[in-house]
Amino acid sequence: MVETGHFALVLAFALALVQFFLPLVGSRTGDARLMATAGPVAVTGFAMTAISFAALTSAYVLSDFSVLNVFENSHSQKPLLYKFSGTWGNHEGSMLLWVLILTFFGALVAAFGRNLPATLRANVLSIQGLIGSAFFLFILATSNPFARLNPAPIEGQDLNPVLQDVGLAIHPPLLYLGYVGFSVCFSFAVAALIEGRIDAAWARWVRPWTLAAWVFLTGGIAMGSFWAYYELGWGGFWFWDPVENASFMPWLAGTALLHSAIVMEKRSALKIWTILLAILTFSLSLLGTFLVRSGVLTSVHAFATDPTRGVFILAILTLFIGGALALFAWRAQSLAPGGIFHPISREGALVLNNLFLSTAVATVLVGTLYPLALEAVTGEKISVGAPFFDLTFGPLMVPLLIAVPFGPLLAWKRADLWAASQRLAFAAGGALLVILFVALFIDRASVFAALGIGLAAWMILGALTDLALKSGIGSVSPGVALRRLAGLPRSAFGTSLAHLGLGLTTLGVVSVTSLQTEHILTMKPGDTVEVSGYQLRFDGLQPFQGQNFTEDRGLFPLLDSDGDVLTTIMSAKRFYPARQMPTTEAGISTRGLSQMYVSLGDPVDGGGIVVRIWWKPFVTLIWLGSVVMMGGGILSLLDRRLRVGAPARRAKKARAATGATG
Amino acid sequence: MTRKQKRLSIILGALAFVGTATGLTFYALGQKTSYFYMPADLTTASIAPGQRIRLGGLVEDGSIVRGQGTRVSFGVSDGGGKVEVVYDGLLPDLFREGQGVVTEGTFGADGTFVADSVLAKHDENYMPKEVADSLKAQGVWQEN
Repeated sequence: MVETGHFALVLAFALALVQFFLPLVGSRTGDARLMATAGPVAVTGFAMTAISFAALTSAYVLSDFSVLNVFENSHSQKPLLYKFSGTWGNHEGSMLLWVLILTFFGALVAAFGRNLPATLRANVLSIQGLIGSAFFLFILATSNPFARLNPAPIEGQDLNPVLQDVGLAIHPPLLYLGYVGFSVCFSFAVAALIEGRIDAAWARWVRPWTLAAWVFLTGGIAMGSFWAYYELGWGGFWFWDPVENASFMPWLAGTALLHSAIVMEKRSALKIWTILLAILTFSLSLLGTFLVRSGVLTSVHAFATDPTRGVFILAILTLFIGGALALFAWRAQSLAPGGIFHPISREGALVLNNLFLSTAVATVLVGTLYPLALEAVTGEKISVGAPFFDLTFGPLMVPLLIAVPFGPLLAWKRADLWAASQRLAFAAGGALLVILFVALFIDRASVFAALGIGLAAWMILGALTDLALKSGIGSVSPGVALRRLAGLPRSAFGTSLAHLGLGLTTLGVVSVTSLQTEHILTMKPGDTVEVSGYQLRFDGLQPFQGQNFTEDRGLFPLLDSDGDVLTTIMSAKRFYPARQMPTTEAGISTRGLSQMYVSLGDPVDGGGIVVRIWWKPFVTLIWLGSVVMMGGGILSLLDRRLRVGAPARRAKKARAATGATG
Repeated sequence: MTRKQKRLSIILGALAFVGTATGLTFYALGQKTSYFYMPADLTTASIAPGQRIRLGGLVEDGSIVRGQGTRVSFGVSDGGGKVEVVYDGLLPDLFREGQGVVTEGTFGADGTFVADSVLAKHDENYMPKEVADSLKAQGVWQEN
């Protein structure tokens, strides 16, 4: 089975080379048969990669410790779920997942791209094949997951305990679906440059892929943030860690791409910029892969410390980013310029969005790479952390977030800003009331907190205003409005929902950063502490034996102001004997949209224990907002008008209905 | 405005915007970053009280002293020097004697280092990269 997996991987590499070569030659020489090989080869390549991945997974599930990779990262006593997820909880396995998803997207293009012009489809799949070849070669040459170990040990070394979590089982696949999904946009951009032709239809084809990748990446980042929040026990949701930034940069660029592709599709403008963004977005994904996988960063994600891997990925990075940008510099001038528009217009708003987002990407990029560059040049070690990003990223986001509700209300080509402002009067009034309310009635609230929460309210109300205006709520009878609302195109809902989700996430971030309360104290059994109107009692520690760990569970009954027990929060210190490693399991109780978060520290003399308690107002909105954003993306994706090939299918149906011949 | 003027004004606007952002970024890099030091470096470097730095090294054996409540003090050494660190809060899971550690904070007037964060990562073999590099450079620690 293991050798089958290795063999399938080699075959997949060969197929990727074929997928790169034949269709490209076909499109250059106009040979339709060569171009037609792209689809079947892409699908077969995906099947081979899937077989290879299945082989590795089965080695994990069966605890086959004759495989080096399984020995190093698994243990026979590990719960079954983590035997599955352990497949990608290490360098080799996660790279295999990377190419699996890459070939999956290639197969999707082959399957759903039947209505693409033949040369474009051939070129797109060819570029996908080239990316695939590079990564297959990387895996086979430097990170073979199927290497054997002889003699086979009896027991494995286990997966890092902090990775033994449901969140981490789902997180990497979601993240990679996003990361790697942008490869399709990249391939489309490079294919368009090769052909030297680009039009609104190109944007129409690229947009669903961008949307899909964006939805997955949003989910992956939110999931990663949620995991760090509840599993690492330090109560934070975002650390500006280089590894987090590695996925955040493609998200920012992908968000910009999503918006500029709209301008290109509707108005044929911003063509060259959109192509460049498509290239940059995937380049940032590649850069992320390099940062995480090369070992230049030390983090829980950077398993690899082998310098040859770093050099190899750096070479891939240089080849693709350098190659694509060179092609861009050479061919971009030959693309026909797009339409012109007034600065105050929907296009103008989207350009503003792109300007802010791409500058934000640049600041995050500088903050992430500057310490590496400085150390390489001068040997000085510095850390660029939250204070840097708060100072640079924050000021860039605030004006962008203020502008968000205006965008959908502005007309294409030339808009009336004053009219749009009048329509947003209700949202602005609501936001002002929220600011006043927070400033006057919430204890401990600073001016900053009030303004931030007001900004979030402005975005949420603005998104709702947009929907209300489109359906005519308030100006027509409720029945008509409801029917109009139901009849709105799904993409209109998608926009409002995505902006609404952004508002909710902002609300969560601002509330928790400016209004959370923290208590650090030592508690003995029977002690009670008051936190935000609740009473938290400590009932002592209880030992517990898990499947592959032991733990001391601290029991904390949560009482309301009347002294009734609402729930018992359990916070634990765990110990994994296989790795001799302790972990902290935070105890979290959700009260409405807020949470009580209890983390255990070390025991102190006299039977007490250090306890850290946070009250986190509206913290759940950070992730709920992301889910709403994803919902918006999915709705847009389901919009019939955006579906690739929908018009063609309708035309076919129409032809069939009229019984046309030929 | 003609097409050309319009395009020019958009480009100039964008440049001004990007320029502001660049200025802000460099200002932030100058103000908001903290340098990393090992105890041995501190004998030669002069660090003003109140200046934020990251201090790394090994937690000295037998140096962990728990004070009132959640206060804890410990020594950080690297063979070439030793610094007394005071910290108020929860220590990370992997904080132990002899373990590599990175703390971030400022020096108090009395020469003790007041840390507001203590980092140790998620792996039992983990040695913070900066610490490992410095120790290797001094020959105190070899990779096994």
